[in-house]
Amino acid sequence: MSSETGKILTTDGIPLEVSLKKAERKNKIKAFLLVAPLLLFLLITYIFPIGDMLMRSVDDKMVTEMLPKTFKSMEKWDGNEMPPEEVFEAFYLDFQKLVEEKRDGKLSTQLNYTKNGFKSILKKLRRKAKNFEEGNYKEQIMAVHKRWADVEYWRAIKRRAPAFTSAKYLKGMDMYKNEEGEIVSVEEDRRIHRVLWLRTLEIAFFVTLLCFLMAYPIAHLLATLPMKYSNLLMICVLLPFWTSLLVRTASWMILLQQQGVVNDFFVMIGLVADDNRPEMMYNKTGTYVAMTQILLPFMVLPLYSVMKTISPSLMRAGKSLGGTPFVTFWKVYFPLTIPGIGAGCLLVFILAIGYYITPALVGGASGTLISNQIAFHMKSTLDWSFASAMGLMLLAGVLAIYWVYNKLVGIDNIKLG
Amino acid sequence: MSKNQEFVKFDKVDKSYDGKVLVVKDLNLDIAEGEFITMLGPSGSGKTTCLMMLAGFETPTNGEIFLDKNPISNIPPHKRGIGMVFQNYALFPHMTVYENLAFPLKVRKINKDDIDKKVDKALSMVSLSGFENRMPGQLSGGQQQRVAVARALVFDPQVVLMDEPLGALDKNLRESMQYEIKHIHESIGVTVVYVTHDQSEALTMSNRIAVFNDGKVQQLSSPDKLYEEPVNSFVAEFIGENNTFAGEVTNFQKDQCKVKLSNGSEIIANPISVNSNGDRTTVSLRPERALINTKNKMDNNFKGKIEEIIYHGDHTRVRIDLLGNKEFILKVPNSSANMDIKMGNEINVSWNSHDARALDPK
Repeated sequence: MSSETGKILTTDGIPLEVSLKKAERKNKIKAFLLVAPLLLFLLITYIFPIGDMLMRSVDDKMVTEMLPKTFKSMEKWDGNEMPPEEVFEAFYLDFQKLVEEKRDGKLSTQLNYTKNGFKSILKKLRRKAKNFEEGNYKEQIMAVHKRWADVEYWRAIKRRAPAFTSAKYLKGMDMYKNEEGEIVSVEEDRRIHRVLWLRTLEIAFFVTLLCFLMAYPIAHLLATLPMKYSNLLMICVLLPFWTSLLVRTASWMILLQQQGVVNDFFVMIGLVADDNRPEMMYNKTGTYVAMTQILLPFMVLPLYSVMKTISPSLMRAGKSLGGTPFVTFWKVYFPLTIPGIGAGCLLVFILAIGYYITPALVGGASGTLISNQIAFHMKSTLDWSFASAMGLMLLAGVLAIYWVYNKLVGIDNIKLG
Repeated sequence: MSKNQEFVKFDKVDKSYDGKVLVVKDLNLDIAEGEFITMLGPSGSGKTTCLMMLAGFETPTNGEIFLDKNPISNIPPHKRGIGMVFQNYALFPHMTVYENLAFPLKVRKINKDDIDKKVDKALSMVSLSGFENRMPGQLSGGQQQRVAVARALVFDPQVVLMDEPLGALDKNLRESMQYEIKHIHESIGVTVVYVTHDQSEALTMSNRIAVFNDGKVQQLSSPDKLYEEPVNSFVAEFIGENNTFAGEVTNFQKDQCKVKLSNGSEIIANPISVNSNGDRTTVSLRPERALINTKNKMDNNFKGKIEEIIYHGDHTRVRIDLLGNKEFILKVPNSSANMDIKMGNEINVSWNSHDARALDPK
């Protein structure tokens, strides 16, 4: 039999596998060509930028390239005592070259990041170096300023030798490598990022929870109402989707501000005194309210699509078998909606964790998230490598959540639509 | 122990969904304990609505339903203790077969050992022992159906409702399941209310059949009586095959009447729902009660022309043009005596007047 020989042949004597591949090749090429534009688009606009971000966030080549001879000569230096003459000579040569190319300003900025005090002594060195004599550079440089005779400053230079650094990531966690190379936290009053990370997680978590609590009944109603009502309700759910995000956020600003509609209403019904209007905007409350409303459809839709597939006869069966409505809901209906809950929660949480516009507009100082900090570094401080590092940390966090979800529930147990 | 003849009682039950149309009109129905009763009717005839009212998923608009003499309209479904088998089985897809069967026992707080015993017993009853740990999705349609039956019976309900439970199965499986359900009913003696639109299913399985049409019970009787003695033309049409003649009663007597057909000929019929001369009527005659070229003496003898012959193996269906009715069907047994059936031949057709039932006009 053909199966015993291991190869099945077609009627023409060609091996079946070859024949099948040939027959399907055309279809495969066609299918690939159809997705090729999207693939290319994703590659250019998504994969490359992420790769570039990754490179940027760890890139520290600038100083490495500016002081090539210095770092080469420093390889043998253990960093305990003052470096030997050859390091000084190499540094002098590198520095002179930078001065000629007018790039010494950048060096001083970079070294100043590593240790304060470099700016002035480099300026002084530049002035004095014009009159340096050949040979014995160690003494000449050390004579320029007393800091040049301090081994700490040379160690600081050596720390910039590697072309890659984790400093930006550490900074994102309010940590840094101290002079001994240990990873330590910054002083308490300068820890801004950790607070932001925690707040981002907290807001994302509670927004997800609020969305879930509100979306579940709506989705259930949508799935069980007769068509003519459910269509209307569906439009109500989707209506916000058809409105610009900016317009929606702006309308929340109109509603929530101290002289806004909601406060006016509270004053009118006598809930609060006119001179004691609560602040509902430019703080966490504003962020919660606006983000929950904006992200609600992302929870409703996956839930709805799952609930739609649950046959009403299952609930009836549960009741006819003696389950009280609650038991039937909890043991029969709820477990069947878990794929939708998972999809909705994952979607909302991931969107919330990187949300930008809404917290920027209604968040104020206490309602902004890590994404606002990233934007700040992108636009204001122009420290793109730090922004990239934080962006990647956010991405890693999202992937971690995805991984945990996969472990707990199973990713094939997710249903987006 | 005498069986309660009014174990389930529908008393003047009306049901309307929209306040304009009554889907169930003045339903009065008594179901005896241990009976297998089938509600049979075309779709939209109100039979499923009746079942849903009994199960508690719909409330009667008017009237009351009694279970063992207690009114149950205000009892929620989960307290009625009525088992139900659904059309699409309604097995819980996220639970194993064991968990599905254990569900009604767990909610009744029965201890684990008893649950195991009862589940075992129920599964062996539907010959599915050893399937405890399968998921419903891993079972075939017939197996799922049996699990659904076992689940509806496992908590020993007083009444089991079945809503077209075999509708999704193929023909062979359906027939074997019919016998299986019938045997289960016979062995445990539970009261079964069964809904179907398949008349052969109803005839095979039931003690009694309630034929529904237009929200009303048209006839409630045993399968053989329903087939042999339909009380109106709907039942005659709906159950089994039927030849009809429309006409006018001319010579009315108590046990016999003459019916004048539109082509002028007269036939002798059995008056069922006609009362006097001049009444319009539809005469109904089962195909197998009309014989060809018979030597038996019968009081209706006519000649007809063969229009169509359909071969069925054990019998042949012959469509003839008889007394102006071109759709008259005969069932001719396959025997050497009936070899002269050819297209276009004229044949003698005879039947007893007792079998030709003069019913209400259509």
